[in-house]
Amino acid sequence: MNALLFLVLAVLTVTAALTVVVHPNPVHSGCALVATLFLLSVFFVGLDAQLVAALQVIVYAGAIVVLFLFVIMLLNLQADVRTLEARPLIVVAAAGALALAVLVLTLVRRATIGPAASIPAGFGETEALAARLFTTYLLPFELTSLLLLVAIVGAIALAQRKG
Amino acid sequence: VAFEIAITAAKAVFTILLVLQVMALGVFFERKVSALIQDRIGANRASIFGVAALGLINTLVADPLKFLMKEDVVPAGSDRLLHFLAPCLAVTPVLVTFAVVPFGDVLEVGGREINLQAADLNVGLLYVLAMASLGVYGVVLGGWASNSRWSLLGGIRGSAQMISYEIAMGLGLIGVVLTYNTLDLQAIARQQGELLWGWLPAWGVLYQPVAFLIFLVGGIAESKRIPFDLPESESELVAGYFTEYSGPKHLMFMMSDFVEVVLVAALITTLFFGGWQVPYLLRDGFHLPGGATLLLPSWGVALLQVTAFALKLVFFTFFQIMVRWTLPRFRYDQLMRLGWQGLLPLSLANVAVSAVLLTLFARPAG
Repeated sequence: MNALLFLVLAVLTVTAALTVVVHPNPVHSGCALVATLFLLSVFFVGLDAQLVAALQVIVYAGAIVVLFLFVIMLLNLQADVRTLEARPLIVVAAAGALALAVLVLTLVRRATIGPAASIPAGFGETEALAARLFTTYLLPFELTSLLLLVAIVGAIALAQRKG
Repeated sequence: VAFEIAITAAKAVFTILLVLQVMALGVFFERKVSALIQDRIGANRASIFGVAALGLINTLVADPLKFLMKEDVVPAGSDRLLHFLAPCLAVTPVLVTFAVVPFGDVLEVGGREINLQAADLNVGLLYVLAMASLGVYGVVLGGWASNSRWSLLGGIRGSAQMISYEIAMGLGLIGVVLTYNTLDLQAIARQQGELLWGWLPAWGVLYQPVAFLIFLVGGIAESKRIPFDLPESESELVAGYFTEYSGPKHLMFMMSDFVEVVLVAALITTLFFGGWQVPYLLRDGFHLPGGATLLLPSWGVALLQVTAFALKLVFFTFFQIMVRWTLPRFRYDQLMRLGWQGLLPLSLANVAVSAVLLTLFARPAG
């Protein structure tokens, strides 16, 4: 991936991600989340992972965040005034940020950059990914689908009880 | 490299121009077909110097100009940024989707084969679905940002409807992918050039008739037109999610609607009706089943193919406008029931049946 392109994308992505957290208006936060997820899929394209990029947009940007916005609009949430009264929360968040910083620093210092590996033919394309998914990683794949099924059944059960 | 970029740019410009031309024709059809169905003449004062055909200028030039000149009203208390962004978000994803739609086979220029498709993506069909799923934001944000009850209701209806029908549409397409073993739209179009029993063009609709019906219904629902126009429903919500839009922004919403109609037509053509295929036309000319051949130069073949694609596009645009003027609007509960209890189980059944049939009578990979 081109270094300049990466830099521009990285700045855009981090800005969008920060907007999600910082912006007082929930709808704007939702839109920033869409932008973040879309930019991430651009990263995937840059890394020769077309399939993952397409799925990222279909599932996250195209479906899940739409439902977020749907709920925000239904509840008619207004821009809320942030009151950071919970002091313990700030302390914990600061500790988390510190731990992450230490982790990243350690990783960067320990890492050694080897020669770039050559990409096999068809890398990131549907056939290659599907072949891996349905042979080497079949068990985790099936377990994940089972987990999703449990979540769906759970959602229906909750909805039935309310009605 | 510069040559490659120039060719890609030329293909992209050609695709966009083709789409916008068909879209403009769609607007013209909208007026004339409605008149045809309601047994009137329709738009009969539009002739210039007494020539009726010149009246098209009114639709193609004067109408957009009128929209561009109008005042752009932004309602009080609206979210200015999102109010501005929504029309852009509505029209952009639809237009960029056409990048993966092939409009011809290959054109030989100076010993070089040019693939007549703006962007050759391995995940073409998924790219289409991804962009279609982004189109919902224009509706949702337009509805929310306008600070109007009509708009908000339209936006909420729009998001629920588009997500519901996207699922059925995506599952319906799995049958097509199973049949052709690829997600690349150009490869799908090429495989439809084969002949069944030596004479019948093997168009997708023959292999996947159920998927065609699901895609047609889902596609019309995605373009939010009658009988699926609940996000707009003129009679109850004024104009739904774009009630509070005027001038150029209103034009962009209208345009995205019509371009979506053309997009659905393009996808139906490519997936189910052979795309750019002309029956019996191979790369070097016509080869009729009887044995007669007529050899043509590469540019002649390409020209015929592009023309065939454009004509099919126009036909399915016309067809959708016929549907729009024939059927009444669904009720909201009917809409949801059709989507979740009708199309979704049908598309799942189609996937299962297709998979079993393909395993039993597997076509040779090609």
